Amino acid sequence: MEAPLLHLALVGTPNSGKTSLFNALTGSRQKVANYPGVTVERKEGFFVTPQGRQVSVVDLPGTYSLRGRSPDEEITRDFVLGKASGETMPDLVLCVADSTNLRLTIRLLLELKRTGRPLVLVLNMFDIATRRGITVDVARLAQELGVPVVTSIAVRKGGTADLLKLTDEISAQVPPQPQENTWRALSVSELRATQREADRIIADNVSLPSRPDTWTARIDSVVLHPVGGLIVLALILFVMFQAVFAWAKPLMEMLSGGFDALGAFVHATLPGGLLQSFLQNGVISGVGSVIVFLPQIIIIFLFILLLEDFGYMARAAFLMDRIMGGAGLHGRAFIPLLSSFACAIPGIMATRVIDNKRDRLTTILIAPLMTCSARIPVYTLIISAFIPDTEVWGFINLQGLVMFGLYAAGIVSALGVSFLIKFFMLRDYAPAPFMLELPDYKMPRPKSIAIGIYTRAKMFLQRAGTTIFSMMVLIWFLASFPQPPAGSTEPAIDFSLAAMIGKWLEPLLAPVGFNWQIAVALIPGMAAREVAVAALGTVYAIEGGKEAAEAIGQVLATKWSLATALSLLAWYIFAPQCASTLAVIKRETGSWTWMAATFTYMLVLAYLASLATYNIAVALGAG
Amino acid sequence: MTDDNNPRSQTPASLPLGLARRGFSGTIQHLSAGQAGSALSDIELESRLIELGFVEGARVEILHEGIVGRDPIAVRVDNITVAVRRREAMAIIVA
Ligand SMILES: Nc1nc2c(ncn2[C@@H]2O[C@H](COP(=O)(O)OP(=O)(O)O)[C@@H](O)[C@H]2O)c(=O)[nH]1
Ligand SMILES: [Mg+2]
Repeated sequence: MEAPLLHLALVGTPNSGKTSLFNALTGSRQKVANYPGVTVERKEGFFVTPQGRQVSVVDLPGTYSLRGRSPDEEITRDFVLGKASGETMPDLVLCVADSTNLRLTIRLLLELKRTGRPLVLVLNMFDIATRRGITVDVARLAQELGVPVVTSIAVRKGGTADLLKLTDEISAQVPPQPQENTWRALSVSELRATQREADRIIADNVSLPSRPDTWTARIDSVVLHPVGGLIVLALILFVMFQAVFAWAKPLMEMLSGGFDALGAFVHATLPGGLLQSFLQNGVISGVGSVIVFLPQIIIIFLFILLLEDFGYMARAAFLMDRIMGGAGLHGRAFIPLLSSFACAIPGIMATRVIDNKRDRLTTILIAPLMTCSARIPVYTLIISAFIPDTEVWGFINLQGLVMFGLYAAGIVSALGVSFLIKFFMLRDYAPAPFMLELPDYKMPRPKSIAIGIYTRAKMFLQRAGTTIFSMMVLIWFLASFPQPPAGSTEPAIDFSLAAMIGKWLEPLLAPVGFNWQIAVALIPGMAAREVAVAALGTVYAIEGGKEAAEAIGQVLATKWSLATALSLLAWYIFAPQCASTLAVIKRETGSWTWMAATFTYMLVLAYLASLATYNIAVALGAG
Repeated sequence: MTDDNNPRSQTPASLPLGLARRGFSGTIQHLSAGQAGSALSDIELESRLIELGFVEGARVEILHEGIVGRDPIAVRVDNITVAVRRREAMAIIVA
């Protein structure tokens, strides 16, 4: 008879190597989803032990105790206590420790023991401990703690062999009997007593030569230098954005070339008509125009994952804490806001590292103002069509300067909004504490970076295959039906539903210089910003025939005034055009009100910014 | 709980870590959350400090300071490094 699935859970302090261990055990057999109700990433993976036992393992958010101070830590607590709704209580809890830093984990382990769950202490990063001359009397430690102890090296091949062996041994025995749960939140004096006990156990069983990590100290002397550190941070960000634009370009051109060729092939193979138009204009150019951004998304996540694995992200938060504090933001908001340059969705999800509710809310409200990669296609399209490719002051490219200006406008307005929130809404509020462990630097591991990028790329492609695909079908449908009466000479799209909707909206948008074609493109853009480019393509392609689709930019340059183009750029800095972001805000804040507030304030800002831009541009003669 | 929340009971040589400069190194005497003026309640602040290893007898050293108002600070606590703001570090009495 097949033994039932064995459920493991990984618990430990941040940076102890839980995720690395999770990756080492499960490889790519991972399922990433959300816990019901909250958007805390739930990572479950599967593997088979050497003895053939099927095992499921869950990577829980890092925590120092079971008190549950943030949504993340509550998940860990509820999961271990079996209180998480719809979750199986773990059969075995693996408490993962950084072997070079046992104090905090042993205290956590002593607290975990009170839950009565069967436990194993995993002394991870044992390679680093050995290198630093730390020795552990594993057998005696196990005896004194009353739980099995194994060493592991999550990032080395075969480094989890002992853990696998132990898992088999434990699962072969009569299932370890859970003890009664006597856990309750520790009082300060209990906490202190537990820490003392942990320190005593460590003193008895671990020899700690004081050989600190000299590399970390050396790197930090530059990276955390008050002035030098900020310069390094600025350089890193500069290289990152340079890479997103420059390195991605050849790949993007390859992809878009591929989709064009595919479109041309369909055009040549199929007889002219609805099916041909649907496949070429609706499906291929639509989905293709979004998938083209895959390289940029991969590059931005590559940087974020590398910096995180290296241990730099905590330093960035340290450097930015007081600087962002001036605008009412918490140092920990830096990482979520940085991720929002890739996409506001992971950015907003990353705000869960901020334990104070109000800090978290402010960060969530401004995250969508960071220029996400979905805006890049819109910006690129309009800039290359309307801004001359010339140099100013001899060495700065004007197009690049405008792009930079758009990013800067996003950041400045985010800081401004945050400042206003602090000033008007959260006035009587003392800043939440900033307390963060700065982990030792580690060489990033290609395997874990690869797994991280793979899961994110998969999510993006799934989105392209579902939301964006259905939007493209819809817009194609709206732009194609009803068909023009036989013998009409006007462009077909003038008779379509899209034109009707666009013309109905036109009076509202006329003051900011938008025509009905833009109005049409903005509607599907609500599902995902990048769709607007494809939508414009579809609208003008169906209006102007095949040639139009081949050069949307050139067509736009003949149909729009410069003022309209600038106005659309201004609109895109602010416009809340992304249904998924709004959905995530709703889920994260648990409130429709905050979602509606975000939508409204962004829409108002977008309209005002466009109105100002358009009128100023017209007054200056760009109309 | 600490028995001496009263600042006067400090020995003359002791001071809050929040006032110490880069390069300072010493030993934690006690925690006194009431002195910090943190947004957290005294109990919560004390719990968090203990959870990060700030307990009586631990060795601390200020390794780095931020650029604005020398805040926050990066503190070596035994063998880990922790970033805290000076406001919260006021609760850590060192000598
Ligand atoms: N040398 C070494 N590095 C490790 C080991 N386990 C994890 N790491 C590194 O430690 C860092 C933090 O690991 P991660 O799994 O993200 O920790 P988590 O926060 O607990 O999920 C990463 O840079 C890993 O590459 C190990 O056993 N040996
Ligand atoms: Mg992790």
